[in-house]
Amino acid sequence: MKTEDMIKEITRISGGNPAKCMKCGKCSGACPAYDEMDYHPHQFVNMVLDGRIEELAGSKGIWNCLSCFACLERCPRSVEPARIIEAVRVVTLRKAGANHLKPDDIPARLDDDIPQQAITSAMRKYAK
Amino acid sequence: MKFSYYPGCTLSAKAKDLDEYGRKAAEALGITLEELPEWQCCGAVYPNATDEIATRLSSVRALSKAKEAGQTLVTLCSACHHVIKRVNGDMQNNIEIRQNVNAYLHTMEGAEPYEGDAKVIHYLEMLRDCVGFDTLKSKVVNPLKGKKIGAYYGCLLLRPGKEMQMDDPENPTILEDFIRAIGAEPVYYGMRNECCGGYITVEDKDQAKKRVNAITGNARNSGVDMLITACPLCHYNLKKNADEPLPVYYFTELLAEALGVK
Repeated sequence: MKTEDMIKEITRISGGNPAKCMKCGKCSGACPAYDEMDYHPHQFVNMVLDGRIEELAGSKGIWNCLSCFACLERCPRSVEPARIIEAVRVVTLRKAGANHLKPDDIPARLDDDIPQQAITSAMRKYAK
Repeated sequence: MKFSYYPGCTLSAKAKDLDEYGRKAAEALGITLEELPEWQCCGAVYPNATDEIATRLSSVRALSKAKEAGQTLVTLCSACHHVIKRVNGDMQNNIEIRQNVNAYLHTMEGAEPYEGDAKVIHYLEMLRDCVGFDTLKSKVVNPLKGKKIGAYYGCLLLRPGKEMQMDDPENPTILEDFIRAIGAEPVYYGMRNECCGGYITVEDKDQAKKRVNAITGNARNSGVDMLITACPLCHYNLKKNADEPLPVYYFTELLAEALGVK
Protein backbone atom coordinates (compact mmCIF):
# COMPACT_ATOMS: atom_id res chain seq x y z
CA MET A 1 0.00 0.00 0.00
CA LYS A 2 1.23 3.50 -0.79
CA THR A 3 2.32 5.49 2.25
CA GLU A 4 -0.33 8.15 1.71
CA ASP A 5 -3.00 5.45 1.49
CA MET A 6 -1.78 3.91 4.74
CA ILE A 7 -1.99 7.28 6.49
CA LYS A 8 -5.51 7.67 5.19
CA GLU A 9 -6.48 4.14 6.26
CA ILE A 10 -5.18 4.59 9.82
CA THR A 11 -6.87 7.96 10.12
CA ARG A 12 -10.15 6.55 8.78
CA ILE A 13 -10.21 3.58 11.18
CA SER A 14 -9.20 5.70 14.17
CA GLY A 15 -11.92 8.25 13.58
CA GLY A 16 -9.47 10.92 14.78
CA ASN A 17 -7.21 13.39 13.05
CA PRO A 18 -3.49 13.21 13.93
CA ALA A 19 -2.86 16.45 12.02
CA LYS A 20 -4.57 18.39 14.83
CA CYS A 21 -1.80 17.44 17.31
CA MET A 22 0.00 20.45 18.82
CA LYS A 23 2.72 18.27 20.37
CA CYS A 24 1.99 19.13 24.00
CA GLY A 25 2.96 15.63 25.16
CA LYS A 26 0.09 15.27 27.63
CA CYS A 27 -0.79 11.85 26.18
CA SER A 28 2.61 10.35 26.96
CA GLY A 29 2.68 12.16 30.31
CA ALA A 30 -0.60 10.49 31.25
CA CYS A 31 0.23 7.03 29.86
CA PRO A 32 0.53 4.30 32.54
CA ALA A 33 2.21 1.98 29.99
CA TYR A 34 4.83 4.56 28.92
CA ASP A 35 7.80 2.64 30.33
CA GLU A 36 6.79 -0.57 28.60
CA MET A 37 6.32 1.00 25.16
CA ASP A 38 9.13 1.42 22.66
CA TYR A 39 7.21 4.09 20.79
CA HIS A 40 5.11 6.28 23.06
CA PRO A 41 1.63 7.71 22.47
CA HIS A 42 2.83 11.11 21.17
CA GLN A 43 5.18 9.31 18.79
CA PHE A 44 2.35 7.22 17.37
CA VAL A 45 0.57 10.42 16.40
CA ASN A 46 3.66 11.96 14.84
CA MET A 47 4.83 8.80 13.09
CA VAL A 48 1.44 8.17 11.51
CA LEU A 49 1.61 11.69 10.08
CA ASP A 50 5.10 10.93 8.78
CA GLY A 51 3.91 7.67 7.22
CA ARG A 52 6.14 5.51 9.44
CA ILE A 53 3.33 3.03 10.00
CA GLU A 54 5.28 -0.17 9.30
CA GLU A 55 7.64 0.71 12.17
CA LEU A 56 4.69 1.21 14.50
CA ALA A 57 3.07 -2.03 13.33
CA GLY A 58 6.21 -3.91 14.36
CA SER A 59 6.51 -2.14 17.71
CA LYS A 60 5.89 -3.46 21.21
CA GLY A 61 3.70 -0.46 21.96
CA ILE A 62 0.70 -1.76 20.07
CA TRP A 63 0.50 -4.72 22.48
CA ASN A 64 1.30 -2.81 25.67
CA CYS A 65 -1.32 -0.08 25.35
CA LEU A 66 -3.90 -0.73 28.09
CA SER A 67 -6.80 1.08 26.38
CA CYS A 68 -7.29 3.00 29.62
CA PHE A 69 -8.20 6.15 27.69
CA ALA A 70 -6.09 8.44 29.89
CA CYS A 71 -4.43 9.91 26.75
CA LEU A 72 -7.77 10.29 25.06
CA GLU A 73 -9.31 12.01 28.08
CA ARG A 74 -6.45 14.45 28.50
CA CYS A 75 -5.81 15.32 24.84
CA PRO A 76 -6.66 19.01 24.45
CA ARG A 77 -6.98 18.68 20.66
CA SER A 78 -9.20 15.59 20.40
CA VAL A 79 -6.46 13.72 18.54
CA GLU A 80 -7.08 10.83 20.90
CA PRO A 81 -3.90 8.75 20.59
CA ALA A 82 -5.62 5.61 22.01
CA ARG A 83 -7.70 5.48 18.84
CA ILE A 84 -4.63 5.85 16.63
CA ILE A 85 -2.74 3.10 18.48
CA GLU A 86 -5.84 0.90 18.14
CA ALA A 87 -6.01 1.59 14.40
CA VAL A 88 -2.38 0.52 13.91
CA ARG A 89 -3.06 -2.58 16.01
CA VAL A 90 -6.16 -3.68 14.12
CA VAL A 91 -4.54 -3.07 10.72
CA THR A 92 -1.66 -5.30 11.89
CA LEU A 93 -4.00 -8.00 13.20
CA ARG A 94 -6.15 -8.04 10.08
CA LYS A 95 -3.26 -9.42 8.01
CA ALA A 96 -3.29 -13.19 7.49
CA GLY A 97 -1.67 -15.19 10.27
CA ALA A 98 -0.96 -12.11 12.36
CA ASN A 99 -2.77 -13.07 15.56
CA HIS A 100 -0.65 -12.09 18.54
CA LEU A 101 -2.52 -14.42 20.92
CA LYS A 102 -3.90 -17.79 19.89
CA PRO A 103 -6.59 -19.86 21.60
CA ASP A 104 -3.96 -22.53 22.30
CA ASP A 105 -1.96 -19.97 24.29
CA ILE A 106 -4.83 -19.39 26.72
CA PRO A 107 -4.84 -22.49 28.99
CA ALA A 108 -1.29 -21.82 30.19
CA ARG A 109 -2.28 -18.30 31.23
CA LEU A 110 -5.34 -19.24 33.25
CA ASP A 111 -5.64 -19.52 36.99
CA ASP A 112 -8.62 -20.34 39.19
CA ASP A 113 -9.70 -16.75 39.65
CA ILE A 114 -9.14 -15.13 36.29
CA PRO A 115 -12.42 -13.58 35.12
CA GLN A 116 -13.95 -14.39 31.73
CA GLN A 117 -13.67 -10.70 30.97
CA ALA A 118 -9.84 -10.94 30.97
CA ILE A 119 -9.76 -13.73 28.39
CA THR A 120 -12.41 -12.16 26.18
CA SER A 121 -10.77 -8.76 26.20
CA ALA A 122 -7.29 -10.21 25.58
CA MET A 123 -8.56 -12.25 22.63
CA ARG A 124 -10.31 -9.18 21.28
CA LYS A 125 -7.20 -7.04 21.63
CA TYR A 126 -4.64 -9.58 20.46
CA ALA A 127 -6.44 -11.64 17.82
CA LYS A 128 -9.05 -11.18 15.14
CA MET B 1 -38.96 1.24 40.26
CA LYS B 2 -38.42 -1.26 37.49
CA PHE B 3 -35.41 -1.56 35.19
CA SER B 4 -34.09 -3.90 32.53
CA TYR B 5 -30.89 -5.49 33.79
CA TYR B 6 -27.82 -6.69 31.87
CA PRO B 7 -25.55 -8.83 34.10
CA GLY B 8 -22.95 -9.90 31.51
CA CYS B 9 -20.79 -13.02 31.31
CA THR B 10 -18.34 -12.51 34.13
CA LEU B 11 -21.12 -11.78 36.61
CA SER B 12 -22.66 -15.12 35.73
CA ALA B 13 -19.42 -16.94 36.52
CA LYS B 14 -16.32 -15.60 38.32
CA ALA B 15 -17.95 -12.43 39.65
CA LYS B 16 -21.17 -13.91 41.05
CA ASP B 17 -20.76 -11.83 44.22
CA LEU B 18 -21.02 -8.60 42.26
CA ASP B 19 -24.27 -9.80 40.69
CA GLU B 20 -25.95 -11.59 43.60
CA TYR B 21 -25.35 -8.86 46.15
CA GLY B 22 -26.43 -6.30 43.57
CA ARG B 23 -29.73 -8.09 43.05
CA LYS B 24 -30.35 -8.56 46.79
CA ALA B 25 -29.59 -4.93 47.55
CA ALA B 26 -31.86 -3.74 44.73
CA GLU B 27 -34.68 -5.85 46.13
CA ALA B 28 -34.13 -4.37 49.58
CA LEU B 29 -34.39 -0.91 48.04
CA GLY B 30 -37.69 -1.77 46.37
CA ILE B 31 -36.19 -1.94 42.90
CA THR B 32 -37.09 -4.62 40.37
CA LEU B 33 -34.26 -5.62 38.07
CA GLU B 34 -35.65 -7.62 35.14
CA GLU B 35 -32.84 -9.56 33.50
CA LEU B 36 -32.89 -9.09 29.73
CA PRO B 37 -33.92 -12.27 27.91
CA GLU B 38 -31.13 -13.96 25.94
CA TRP B 39 -28.55 -11.24 26.42
CA GLN B 40 -25.19 -11.82 24.78
CA CYS B 41 -21.62 -11.03 25.84
CA CYS B 42 -20.83 -7.34 25.29
CA GLY B 43 -17.37 -8.28 23.98
CA ALA B 44 -15.57 -6.93 27.06
CA VAL B 45 -13.78 -4.14 25.18
CA TYR B 46 -15.26 -1.23 23.28
CA PRO B 47 -14.43 -1.46 19.58
CA ASN B 48 -12.31 1.66 19.11
CA ALA B 49 -11.98 0.99 15.38
CA THR B 50 -14.78 2.93 13.72
CA ASP B 51 -15.20 0.31 10.97
CA GLU B 52 -16.04 -2.56 13.34
CA ILE B 53 -19.71 -3.43 13.10
CA ALA B 54 -20.06 -7.07 14.26
CA THR B 55 -18.49 -6.28 17.64
CA ARG B 56 -21.17 -3.65 18.28
CA LEU B 57 -24.16 -5.91 17.57
CA SER B 58 -24.58 -7.58 20.96
CA SER B 59 -24.74 -4.19 22.69
CA VAL B 60 -27.31 -2.95 20.18
CA ARG B 61 -29.41 -6.08 20.69
CA ALA B 62 -29.41 -5.47 24.46
CA LEU B 63 -30.30 -1.80 24.01
CA SER B 64 -33.11 -2.65 21.56
CA LYS B 65 -34.61 -5.12 24.01
CA ALA B 66 -34.59 -2.53 26.79
CA LYS B 67 -36.24 -0.07 24.42
CA GLU B 68 -38.92 -2.65 23.52
CA ALA B 69 -39.55 -3.20 27.24
CA GLY B 70 -39.84 0.57 27.66
CA GLN B 71 -37.29 0.45 30.46
CA THR B 72 -33.98 2.04 31.31
CA LEU B 73 -31.19 -0.52 31.06
CA VAL B 74 -29.07 -1.01 34.19
CA THR B 75 -25.57 -2.51 33.97
CA LEU B 76 -23.31 -3.48 36.83
CA CYS B 77 -19.94 -4.56 35.44
CA SER B 78 -17.76 -1.55 34.56
CA ALA B 79 -16.65 -3.11 31.28
CA CYS B 80 -20.16 -4.02 30.12
CA HIS B 81 -21.31 -0.55 31.03
CA HIS B 82 -18.44 1.06 29.16
CA VAL B 83 -19.10 -0.95 26.01
CA ILE B 84 -22.89 -0.65 25.96
CA LYS B 85 -22.93 3.03 26.85
CA ARG B 86 -20.39 3.95 24.16
CA VAL B 87 -22.07 1.81 21.50
CA ASN B 88 -25.32 3.57 22.37
CA GLY B 89 -23.50 6.86 21.79
CA ASP B 90 -22.28 5.59 18.42
CA MET B 91 -25.83 4.68 17.44
CA GLN B 92 -26.94 8.20 18.36
CA ASN B 93 -24.09 10.16 16.84
CA ASN B 94 -22.27 8.19 14.15
CA ILE B 95 -24.37 7.95 10.98
CA GLU B 96 -22.13 5.39 9.29
CA ILE B 97 -22.12 3.03 12.28
CA ARG B 98 -25.87 3.46 12.78
CA GLN B 99 -26.64 2.67 9.13
CA ASN B 100 -24.31 -0.32 8.92
CA VAL B 101 -25.49 -1.87 12.20
CA ASN B 102 -29.13 -1.40 11.28
CA ALA B 103 -28.62 -2.73 7.75
CA TYR B 104 -27.04 -5.86 9.20
CA LEU B 105 -29.64 -6.41 11.92
CA HIS B 106 -32.52 -5.77 9.51
CA THR B 107 -31.18 -8.12 6.83
CA MET B 108 -30.13 -10.92 9.16
CA GLU B 109 -32.71 -10.70 11.92
CA GLY B 110 -35.52 -8.54 10.56
CA ALA B 111 -34.90 -6.14 13.44
CA GLU B 112 -36.49 -2.72 13.68
CA PRO B 113 -34.00 0.14 13.25
CA TYR B 114 -32.36 1.25 16.47
CA GLU B 115 -31.20 4.85 16.78
CA GLY B 116 -29.70 5.02 20.23
CA ASP B 117 -32.90 6.00 22.02
CA ALA B 118 -32.69 3.54 24.92
CA LYS B 119 -31.16 4.85 28.12
CA VAL B 120 -28.41 2.88 29.81
CA ILE B 121 -27.16 3.67 33.31
CA HIS B 122 -24.74 2.00 35.68
CA TYR B 123 -26.03 0.57 38.97
CA LEU B 124 -24.18 3.36 40.80
CA GLU B 125 -26.03 5.96 38.73
CA MET B 126 -29.26 4.18 39.60
CA LEU B 127 -28.36 4.57 43.29
CA ARG B 128 -27.37 8.23 42.91
CA ASP B 129 -29.96 9.47 40.43
CA CYS B 130 -33.00 7.21 40.89
CA VAL B 131 -32.81 6.15 44.55
CA GLY B 132 -30.72 9.06 45.85
CA PHE B 133 -27.85 8.67 48.30
CA ASP B 134 -29.87 10.38 51.06
CA THR B 135 -32.67 7.83 50.66
CA LEU B 136 -30.13 5.03 50.55
CA LYS B 137 -28.59 6.33 53.77
CA SER B 138 -32.00 6.28 55.45
CA LYS B 139 -32.45 2.62 54.49
CA VAL B 140 -29.13 1.47 55.90
CA VAL B 141 -29.70 -0.81 58.90
CA ASN B 142 -26.09 -1.77 59.47
CA PRO B 143 -23.87 1.28 58.86
CA LEU B 144 -20.29 0.26 58.16
CA LYS B 145 -18.88 2.56 60.83
CA GLY B 146 -15.16 2.94 61.18
CA LYS B 147 -14.31 1.31 57.86
CA LYS B 148 -11.81 3.37 55.86
CA ILE B 149 -12.62 2.57 52.27
CA GLY B 150 -10.76 3.57 49.14
CA ALA B 151 -12.91 3.88 46.04
CA TYR B 152 -11.18 2.28 43.10
CA TYR B 153 -12.74 3.67 39.92
CA GLY B 154 -10.26 2.39 37.37
CA CYS B 155 -10.75 3.53 33.79
CA LEU B 156 -13.88 2.18 32.25
CA LEU B 157 -16.57 3.79 34.39
CA LEU B 158 -15.24 7.28 33.87
CA ARG B 159 -13.43 7.65 30.57
CA PRO B 160 -14.00 9.09 28.05
CA GLY B 161 -15.88 11.55 30.26
CA LYS B 162 -17.80 13.16 27.43
CA GLU B 163 -19.19 9.75 26.41
CA MET B 164 -19.60 8.03 29.78
CA GLN B 165 -21.14 11.11 31.43
CA MET B 166 -21.17 9.48 34.83
CA ASP B 167 -18.94 11.78 36.81
CA ASP B 168 -15.98 14.14 36.55
CA PRO B 169 -13.39 11.79 35.01
CA GLU B 170 -10.48 13.45 36.82
CA ASN B 171 -12.11 14.09 40.17
CA PRO B 172 -15.00 11.68 40.60
CA THR B 173 -17.19 11.58 43.72
CA ILE B 174 -19.90 8.97 43.07
CA LEU B 175 -18.15 6.10 44.88
CA GLU B 176 -17.07 8.30 47.80
CA ASP B 177 -20.67 9.53 48.15
CA PHE B 178 -21.77 5.89 48.07
CA ILE B 179 -19.26 5.01 50.80
CA ARG B 180 -20.62 7.83 52.99
CA ALA B 181 -24.20 6.70 52.36
CA ILE B 182 -23.45 3.22 53.73
CA GLY B 183 -21.94 4.75 56.86
CA ALA B 184 -18.23 4.24 56.15
CA GLU B 185 -15.45 6.73 55.64
CA PRO B 186 -14.11 7.35 52.12
CA VAL B 187 -10.36 7.78 51.85
CA TYR B 188 -9.10 9.76 48.88
CA TYR B 189 -5.90 8.64 47.17
CA GLY B 190 -4.33 9.87 43.97
CA MET B 191 -4.42 6.72 41.90
CA ARG B 192 -8.08 5.86 42.32
CA ASN B 193 -8.77 6.48 38.62
CA GLU B 194 -5.52 5.03 37.24
CA CYS B 195 -5.52 1.81 35.21
CA CYS B 196 -4.99 -1.56 36.97
CA GLY B 197 -3.52 -2.99 33.77
CA GLY B 198 -6.75 -4.65 32.65
CA TYR B 199 -6.24 -7.39 30.07
CA ILE B 200 -2.45 -6.93 30.13
CA THR B 201 -2.42 -9.55 32.90
CA VAL B 202 -2.89 -12.11 30.11
CA GLU B 203 -0.11 -10.64 27.95
CA ASP B 204 2.48 -9.31 30.39
CA LYS B 205 2.05 -10.21 34.06
CA ASP B 206 4.92 -7.98 35.19
CA GLN B 207 3.31 -4.92 33.67
CA ALA B 208 0.06 -5.68 35.49
CA LYS B 209 1.97 -6.16 38.77
CA LYS B 210 3.71 -2.85 38.36
CA ARG B 211 0.42 -1.05 37.84
CA VAL B 212 -1.31 -2.74 40.77
CA ASN B 213 1.59 -2.30 43.19
CA ALA B 214 1.62 1.43 42.46
CA ILE B 215 -2.11 1.67 43.13
CA THR B 216 -2.26 -0.45 46.28
CA GLY B 217 0.88 1.24 47.64
CA ASN B 218 -0.64 4.66 47.10
CA ALA B 219 -3.94 3.56 48.68
CA ARG B 220 -2.23 2.03 51.72
CA ASN B 221 -0.03 5.08 52.28
CA SER B 222 -3.16 7.22 52.19
CA GLY B 223 -4.76 5.22 55.00
CA VAL B 224 -7.03 2.93 53.00
CA ASP B 225 -8.04 -0.31 54.79
CA MET B 226 -9.98 -1.83 51.93
CA LEU B 227 -10.77 -1.10 48.30
CA ILE B 228 -14.09 -1.30 46.50
CA THR B 229 -14.66 -1.66 42.78
CA ALA B 230 -17.39 -2.35 40.22
CA CYS B 231 -15.11 -4.20 37.81
CA PRO B 232 -14.30 -7.94 37.95
CA LEU B 233 -11.02 -7.47 36.12
CA CYS B 234 -9.89 -4.66 38.46
CA HIS B 235 -10.94 -6.90 41.36
CA TYR B 236 -8.80 -9.74 40.00
CA ASN B 237 -5.77 -7.58 39.26
CA LEU B 238 -5.88 -5.81 42.63
CA LYS B 239 -6.15 -9.12 44.44
CA LYS B 240 -3.87 -11.38 42.45
CA ASN B 241 -1.21 -9.08 41.04
CA ALA B 242 -0.31 -7.05 44.15
CA ASP B 243 2.77 -8.05 46.16
CA GLU B 244 0.99 -6.84 49.30
CA PRO B 245 -2.69 -6.88 48.44
CA LEU B 246 -5.32 -4.87 50.29
CA PRO B 247 -8.73 -6.45 50.88
CA VAL B 248 -10.87 -5.80 47.78
CA TYR B 249 -14.67 -5.98 47.64
CA TYR B 250 -17.33 -5.40 45.07
CA PHE B 251 -19.29 -2.32 46.10
CA THR B 252 -22.51 -4.35 45.99
CA GLU B 253 -21.26 -6.65 48.74
CA LEU B 254 -20.84 -3.73 51.13
CA LEU B 255 -24.17 -2.33 50.00
CA ALA B 256 -25.91 -5.62 50.78
CA GLU B 257 -24.14 -5.75 54.16
CA ALA B 258 -25.23 -2.20 55.01
CA LEU B 259 -28.81 -2.96 53.99
CA GLY B 260 -28.79 -6.09 56.13
CA VAL B 261 -29.34 -8.53 53.27
CA LYS B 262 -25.90 -10.08 52.93
